[in-house]
Amino acid sequence: MNSAHFSRRTFVRGAAFSSLSLMLAFAGCKPAGDTTTNGAAPAGNTATTSTETTSGSGETIVIGHYGSLSGGTATFGLSTDKGIRMAFEEINAGKPPLGKKLELVSADDSSQPAQVPGAVQKLIKESNATVLIGEVASKLSKIAAPIAQKAGVPMVSPASTNPAVTQAGDYIFRTCFIDPFQGSVMAKFAKNDLKATKAAILTDVANDYSRGLTEFFTAEWKKGGGQIVDSESYSQGDKDFNSQLTKIKASNPDVIYIPGYYNEVGNIAVQARRLGITQPMMGGDGWDSPKLFEIGGKAVQGCYFSNHYSPQSQDPRVVKFVTDYKAKNGETPDAMAALGYDAAYIVSNAIERAGSVDKSKIRDALATTKDYPGVTGVISIDKDRNAVKSAVILKIEGNEGKYITTVKP
Amino acid sequence: MEILQQIANALTQGAIYALIALGYTMVYGVLRLINFAHGDVYMVGAFIGLFVSRWTGALALSQKVDGSVPLWMTAIIFGGAMLGAALLGMLIERFAYRPLRSAPRLTALITAIGVSLLLEYGGQLVFSPNSQGFPALLPDKNLVQTPSFTLSVVQLFIVVSAFALMVALQFLISKTKIGRAMRAVSIDRAAAQLMGIPTDRIIAFTFALGSALAAAAGVLNSIYQPSIDPLMGVQVGLRAFVAAVLGGIGSIQGAVLGAMLMAFAETATVAVGLSQLRDAVAFSILILVLIVRPAGLLGRNVAEKV
Repeated sequence: MNSAHFSRRTFVRGAAFSSLSLMLAFAGCKPAGDTTTNGAAPAGNTATTSTETTSGSGETIVIGHYGSLSGGTATFGLSTDKGIRMAFEEINAGKPPLGKKLELVSADDSSQPAQVPGAVQKLIKESNATVLIGEVASKLSKIAAPIAQKAGVPMVSPASTNPAVTQAGDYIFRTCFIDPFQGSVMAKFAKNDLKATKAAILTDVANDYSRGLTEFFTAEWKKGGGQIVDSESYSQGDKDFNSQLTKIKASNPDVIYIPGYYNEVGNIAVQARRLGITQPMMGGDGWDSPKLFEIGGKAVQGCYFSNHYSPQSQDPRVVKFVTDYKAKNGETPDAMAALGYDAAYIVSNAIERAGSVDKSKIRDALATTKDYPGVTGVISIDKDRNAVKSAVILKIEGNEGKYITTVKP
Repeated sequence: MEILQQIANALTQGAIYALIALGYTMVYGVLRLINFAHGDVYMVGAFIGLFVSRWTGALALSQKVDGSVPLWMTAIIFGGAMLGAALLGMLIERFAYRPLRSAPRLTALITAIGVSLLLEYGGQLVFSPNSQGFPALLPDKNLVQTPSFTLSVVQLFIVVSAFALMVALQFLISKTKIGRAMRAVSIDRAAAQLMGIPTDRIIAFTFALGSALAAAAGVLNSIYQPSIDPLMGVQVGLRAFVAAVLGGIGSIQGAVLGAMLMAFAETATVAVGLSQLRDAVAFSILILVLIVRPAGLLGRNVAEKV
């Protein structure tokens, strides 16, 4: 058929169809499992596989890290990776567990749920990882947890705070606090320190972490006699928040709670300030990324967020960690780097105490971790395999979070 | 008054969709091709804007506490992005679509999807897959500020400049020689060629024009929503494409109408608290309109000649 005579009617139908198929194509255009080994996926911004040692004679213990080394929450995965790497280098230079050096193999999941199973399977089956470390995003950890559980590989999430993550089974651990605590910390802080009574919430409904924090914040807020004047939602990846913010503004809250990730939060803050919303915004550890300041700039100044640690702490352990990390990476370690560092040490510690590379013995050793002095606090693992430790509240001033207070569990 | 604010929000978003939708509709007009890479040209436009901002020092300036970017820098950034994207559009046309001019239409369509993926994942390679902040190129001030309604310089600038560009485009198409040639090519390419119109050059020009508009939209949107990443064109491109089909693909006014309709539908959906259904509502409207008017709102029904 001559193209010039192709009818418009036929075309429009075809167009509607092809737009559909295009969406499908976008949804699945990257095959899962292309995520490990060199120059992963289309990312290519990090060398994703590296060996900490070159001994290579079977005298190493492989630890797999799956994380978002690219995509929407890339700084989470990259920081965690740097933290783990630094810890392993220190351990290998000193006294490695069982005299065997630790080898880190990292797999990128591109911040996408569909990529997680491939990355995890590859670490377990091809790299023969003894222990898995990952993810930061709770949504992604929840996908990996059943896979690790079924394979009988202990998994330690350094930073997933949603309670459901470790409920997947007895091989799943975390070395951070959980959201019921984090949500209540911010509610109490807003009530007692900011003297707020009316809160508006903007939740990322496509995100377990955000929904969980909203739930726990709301419960504590109402218990303290606070009022929720408006509750709005968005989905991760959205860029335009003007409609939601217009409604929040009309509800005239004292504070706005935005338990999302830095990318969207930065955008939300800019749009909120432009709409004339001057109230303080508050969030959780998902805010902790240098990108928040890059995107949010002046708009995020004076906002508060709860976090795992403050790099400004005068604790000698933290000071040493921050100094070493800066010397190695040329940037201040964010919380994800510190959590990755702690998780790496806890794993190494557990292998040492287990006295073998047997996965079930390492599991038992992880479960009995007690009073481990990490840079993000003193870590003990409770019966639900969660860490019990304190949170800090930071206020954004300039391009960093200024330490305000520590809240004990 | 809250509704007035929502209207202002929708108008701003609609202006951006319209600028992109115009590119889809113009290329379809001259080539009967849906250029799926168009949304990604929008993305590249935004990134060129970022690079020019770095180069002129606008980025560093906007990050200072009381710094503001002078107007001439903003103009250079817009000009650079539009020029760069126009060049990219012509390159895409020259190397991806022109060799397929006489191939079946499906081949060109698949190629378009291929170019789109190339730009998205090539973009991740070149620009890094992570999102990056975009400088505030315009003063972040409000022109109107009442407790329930604010109108920012950025919003006004987006709407005014988008409409200025659309009026200029309309003038170009209806009053100039090259515009007449574009219309001729769109009506019957073979006949236009026989009349001595350099059709290849006209098609290349159409790509350049559409791409420049997309880049303008990319920079405008990045000032408004200051984070950019290599996949930012996917969602917006799809919506603008739907807007073009909704308004009647091939029709300039239709693209603008469709874009506004999309933006208002999305804003209304979110405003009633159904943010997850944003795209579902927009696409439902498309389906409904296509059932009643298969050629789109302002599209012409051309009977097929046998």
